[in-house]
Amino acid sequence: MTLLASKAAPPVEQAAPARKTLARRLVPYGYLSPTIVLIVVLMVVPIVMVISYSFRDNVIVQENSVFAGFANYTKVLTDPDFLVAMKNTAIFITVSMVAHLVLGLAFAMMLNTQLLSGVTKAIFRIVYILPWLFTIAVIAVIWRLLLDPSGVINYVLHSLGLINQSVNWLGDPGMALWAVTFINIWSGYPFFMISLLAGLQGIPNDLYEAAAVDGTNWFQRFVHVTLPQLRPVIISMAVLDLIWTSQQFALIWMTTGGGPLNTTEMLSTYTYKQAFSEYEFSTASAAAVIVLLLTMVLAFFYVRQQRER
Amino acid sequence: MIAVAIAIKTKRTFAKAGVITGLIIGGLFAGLPVLWMLSTSFKSNGEVFQNPPKLITQTFSLDAYTEILGNGTQLRYFLNSYIVAIAVTLLTLLVALLAGYAFSRFNFPFQKTINAVIVSVQAVPPITLVIPYFGLVVALGLYNTYPGLILTHMVFTLPYAIIMITAYLNTLPKELDESVKVDGGTGWTALWRILVPISVPGLIAVGVYTFMISWNEYLFALTLTRTDDMRTVPIGIQMLMGQHSYEWNQMMAMSILGSIPVLVLFLLFQKRFIGGLTAGAVKA
Repeated sequence: MTLLASKAAPPVEQAAPARKTLARRLVPYGYLSPTIVLIVVLMVVPIVMVISYSFRDNVIVQENSVFAGFANYTKVLTDPDFLVAMKNTAIFITVSMVAHLVLGLAFAMMLNTQLLSGVTKAIFRIVYILPWLFTIAVIAVIWRLLLDPSGVINYVLHSLGLINQSVNWLGDPGMALWAVTFINIWSGYPFFMISLLAGLQGIPNDLYEAAAVDGTNWFQRFVHVTLPQLRPVIISMAVLDLIWTSQQFALIWMTTGGGPLNTTEMLSTYTYKQAFSEYEFSTASAAAVIVLLLTMVLAFFYVRQQRER
Repeated sequence: MIAVAIAIKTKRTFAKAGVITGLIIGGLFAGLPVLWMLSTSFKSNGEVFQNPPKLITQTFSLDAYTEILGNGTQLRYFLNSYIVAIAVTLLTLLVALLAGYAFSRFNFPFQKTINAVIVSVQAVPPITLVIPYFGLVVALGLYNTYPGLILTHMVFTLPYAIIMITAYLNTLPKELDESVKVDGGTGWTALWRILVPISVPGLIAVGVYTFMISWNEYLFALTLTRTDDMRTVPIGIQMLMGQHSYEWNQMMAMSILGSIPVLVLFLLFQKRFIGGLTAGAVKA
């Protein structure tokens, strides 16, 4: 009897907890609701919008847009300016990334030295982080000042006899891409450096001691201990850097505007010009979707790399 | 024995000299451009390109600064940047705290999926978003307003803030909030009475970074605002470049004034900030 009762009772008793659990199950979504709303409004809707724009004509500026199929994509992909922008972006991000890695690693290793006191290293660390603390607008004006034909860099190079006449670094078609890449290297290495420094500090000292006992020199320890230990950090930073640098707009826009003669045109400045200078929002959207797809390829490598770790 | 000791010592001295030389060269590379900006801000515009160039000018003057600070339009840029960046910071912290609490303290369906979406938001190129944002912000009547800028800046700040706050809350033992629940309190009280007060260091680090992102943002500020009374500092610096025919000293003074909030925040919270940032980058 008691057995039956206890058997019969549960459905009744469980009904209340079931409702309670449903409410309780919804609790985390309650906490997440502002985030979900924002992600939908700021991400999902805009991406759907830009994709639909890219298949239509006369969007935003005119009221009646028409379906255009892949016409915008064909237009963008056959535009010589777009192809130049692709090439420039590829050079810009690859050279920047390699230089960020080399400088970041060199500076991080110097800052990690056991030979100097903590205070000295702390002071140098602040100086080394400086470029990263300025907004791109500020970095752009600093370097426009320094690289001006009558600016201090030209003066120094001239005094050293390295150049005969002033170089218009940002205005010379043969120089401008290297000049903006250099500025980007200057402004971006600290993030690499900070992460690699943390990575270096995480390498157990025993590894170095064991290697020293084996009679290895400094370079061998660097190749066989430091680099393998830093490998995961280096790879993830490299991919992140490619993604971030490919999105660089402000620096180009405020130093060269993509010129002279498209020599510093990037995917970002090309897309911006299509939209906000030419008011060709449909073509701009097609370019923007292509940029998104290229970024997704890089992001895919990043995620795969993270999974492997 | 002594010879060996001396040899080791000499080797150490050489190594030390090498490292110091390297550090100084690197320091000049990093610091000289900044120093030159500072020096130029104290020059008169005529002296900016004097030949030979001087790092320390004889006619030290604060004219460039008084010019900027006495100009209503310029001051408005600063006010706008503060309003937007502070609003973005507070809203981001609030929304991210709630989300971080959900991720850290609950297990629920689609948790991984939602988390993956939030992480991937960080990779979406701003240039892809700016076109639909323009359409969206105009349609919502938010073009050239604070809310339009504040809302769109959160797409950059929110993912990072959620990831960092979730990681921070994960380090706090669950027994802390359980104790509140035993006393009859809810998760909500546990969050605000217990978790928030002890998370202050983490929240500060996230807040500083959020402020920095919003203060420095350029593309959305350029496209989603139009009039001088809505422009922010980065756009203001650019406007100075076109308007007057290159008042270099004023541009540098404005750049320095515009960098002060971020520099001060960084120097105050340096350790916490770098710690939080690298924890994210190394683990991420």
